[in-house]
Amino acid sequence: MTVTDRPTIRDAPDHRVPARRGRPGRVNGRQPIGALLVTPYLVFLLVVFAYPLCYAVYISFHDYFFAAPGAVVDRPFVGLQNYRTVLADPAVRRSFVNVGIFLVINVPLTAVLSLTLAGALNKAVRWRTFFRVSYYVPYVTASVAVVGVWLFLFNSDGLVNSILGPLAPDPSWLVSSALAMPTVAVYVTWKQLGFFILLYLAALQNLSKDLYEAAAMDGAGRFASFWNVTVPGVRPATTLVVLLATVTGANLFTEPYLLTGGGGPDGASASPVLIMYQRGIEQGSPDIGAAIGILLVIGVLLLALVERRLVGRDD
Amino acid sequence: MRRTFTAVALGAVLAAAAACGSDDAGTGIETRGPITVWYSNNLEEVAWGKQMVAAWNTAHPDQLVTAQEIPTGKSSEEVIGAAITAGNAPCLIFNTSPASVSQFQKQGGLVPLDSFADGTSYVEGRSGEVAQQYKSSDGKYYQLPWKSNPVMIFYNKKAFAKAGIDAGNPPLGTYEEFLATSRKIVAGRGAQYAILPAPSNEFFQSWFDFYPLFAAATGGKQLIEDKHATFAGDEGRAVAQFWRTMYAEKLAGQEKYTGDAFADGKAAMAIVGPWAVSVYRGKVDWGVAPVPTPTGTAADATHTFSDAKNVAIYSACKNRGTAWDVLKFATSSEQDGKFLELTGQMPLRNDVASAYPEYFTKNPDYRTFAEQSARTVEVPNVPNSITIWQTFRDAYSRSVIFGKQDPGASLDEAAKRVDELASQP
Repeated sequence: MTVTDRPTIRDAPDHRVPARRGRPGRVNGRQPIGALLVTPYLVFLLVVFAYPLCYAVYISFHDYFFAAPGAVVDRPFVGLQNYRTVLADPAVRRSFVNVGIFLVINVPLTAVLSLTLAGALNKAVRWRTFFRVSYYVPYVTASVAVVGVWLFLFNSDGLVNSILGPLAPDPSWLVSSALAMPTVAVYVTWKQLGFFILLYLAALQNLSKDLYEAAAMDGAGRFASFWNVTVPGVRPATTLVVLLATVTGANLFTEPYLLTGGGGPDGASASPVLIMYQRGIEQGSPDIGAAIGILLVIGVLLLALVERRLVGRDD
Repeated sequence: MRRTFTAVALGAVLAAAAACGSDDAGTGIETRGPITVWYSNNLEEVAWGKQMVAAWNTAHPDQLVTAQEIPTGKSSEEVIGAAITAGNAPCLIFNTSPASVSQFQKQGGLVPLDSFADGTSYVEGRSGEVAQQYKSSDGKYYQLPWKSNPVMIFYNKKAFAKAGIDAGNPPLGTYEEFLATSRKIVAGRGAQYAILPAPSNEFFQSWFDFYPLFAAATGGKQLIEDKHATFAGDEGRAVAQFWRTMYAEKLAGQEKYTGDAFADGKAAMAIVGPWAVSVYRGKVDWGVAPVPTPTGTAADATHTFSDAKNVAIYSACKNRGTAWDVLKFATSSEQDGKFLELTGQMPLRNDVASAYPEYFTKNPDYRTFAEQSARTVEVPNVPNSITIWQTFRDAYSRSVIFGKQDPGASLDEAAKRVDELASQP
């Protein structure tokens, strides 16, 4: 069959029968009950995501602060003033650079490590469940709990420096302007790896063994087989992993807050969400916080579009 | 007929609305009835709060007080701010940070205590001259100065002795003495660090490194006076330079310590208030000294940071008459005495050292703090207070803790920004 012989959508049986106008079934689709089932999620989406997002946009264009119910307060429209304030703030600019550094380290590292480990797990015959659980435990454990382990490893008197001895960096990992953010990025990679391994594992288990057998017949070694069969085969999963890692990475807050004492040293590990919390909640300027948040959303959307083009180009 | 009926109905609705909006319709300052209060969640204060509430409820069964610990959150200030916005703040909170008062006030969350007939006289009568620091920029009191924890230098006698320093009378009075003592401690392996104030970037951390020394060096200046930053002058620069030397010579650490550095022996000194007496009892053989000054000010003339927590009445409160009565009851001489006995923290009374002689005879450890509490400096009660402190902390962290900029230049830059912030509404 040639390409021109392929049946078109127009030829498909369901589309050949013209729909009768005005039938309620057409308004709600062929399964009206589906609309009913989707409604709770739609309401949830509107209430929990759409409304707060729209409200944040509104707040970011006003001189806004939280007030007691009934308190008479003035919240005038200020146009782009909050955005100008945010863009002129060196701490905010630095936080965006910081999160950029974080993503450059975290996203590729997450994709490569989780695919490699998932590949190994997929091949492992014994102890598979043990390894799966081991990788998954940090992900499901609260950051507050596991951060202690990381501090034990990476503070100046920690295990890593004890092993390195005179080779230990000075200033140490978490108080060095150059090393603080990479250390946080590696920590987050380690903590979240379990979730991404599971995604890849599911994708790997859907790959046909025939492809590997064919590759072997063609004389492909382990690496060639991995590169030419596994990597393209899990491309949809890779797209998902990269996008999710980007979105969760852009929301970085807990780790710099706990690991580096609120974004230290000298703001070298402060993330936009951390600054958003400081300005919006601690300092009572939700308008500034909202403007940071909107800029972050726009930045993440643009980045996700680029990533989608780069990673998911064949999908 | 229909027109008359409409006019009457409209009039009735407007009258009802006006009544609801008036101060006497359920939120009047004379209104009495049950109220709710929040207190801090440390064990000692909970014990005090419970007995205070029980005593009130026994005497006033028609105006019952329901009390609970302040709900947990990242900080009590955030919890209170959220409660104000939600309109479900309790009538009284015995844990109101003075730094947040301007923000709560801007939110419309606080009741001015001056609105009660004896409001001003009670606040000033109880706390004396110190009360002036707690007045808001509109000249009103939105908080009652309740308790302070005047911060001083705790030192570990064993660590000092190990480093060959006279633990009975250690030389800590001047910056030079303090630095020399610190060098001896670290070189003599008394402890890894001489002192380890939290080097993290939270806005309030400067209250426990820069600010006490600044208060002492200036004889009691606040960070902002007359809407202008005071910290970039000679005294502020000297304090910043002192701490810069401590960090540069690794006598103080740049890294946040997750435990209690003083209790764990990682640092030989700590800047803490009297709350620490019970914490370190049996764990550390400690002594106490005033914070250092450039020339070694006498102990009985040295100022320090108060680390106070206050009480405020919140605007969501309907029975404000009861709230005011409970506030006065909880800060009466008798209840303040019980508070002192149960927590070791200093009630912000102008006569605390002489008002409870038996307590201080029985607990001589606390006498020094009681004497110090007469010379405390509060955070300035100005708009944008927390933003101002964060601006200061960022500059301090950059220059003093991490040495990325000259401390003097950094303080100058921060002062310009703080002046702008202090002049904003």
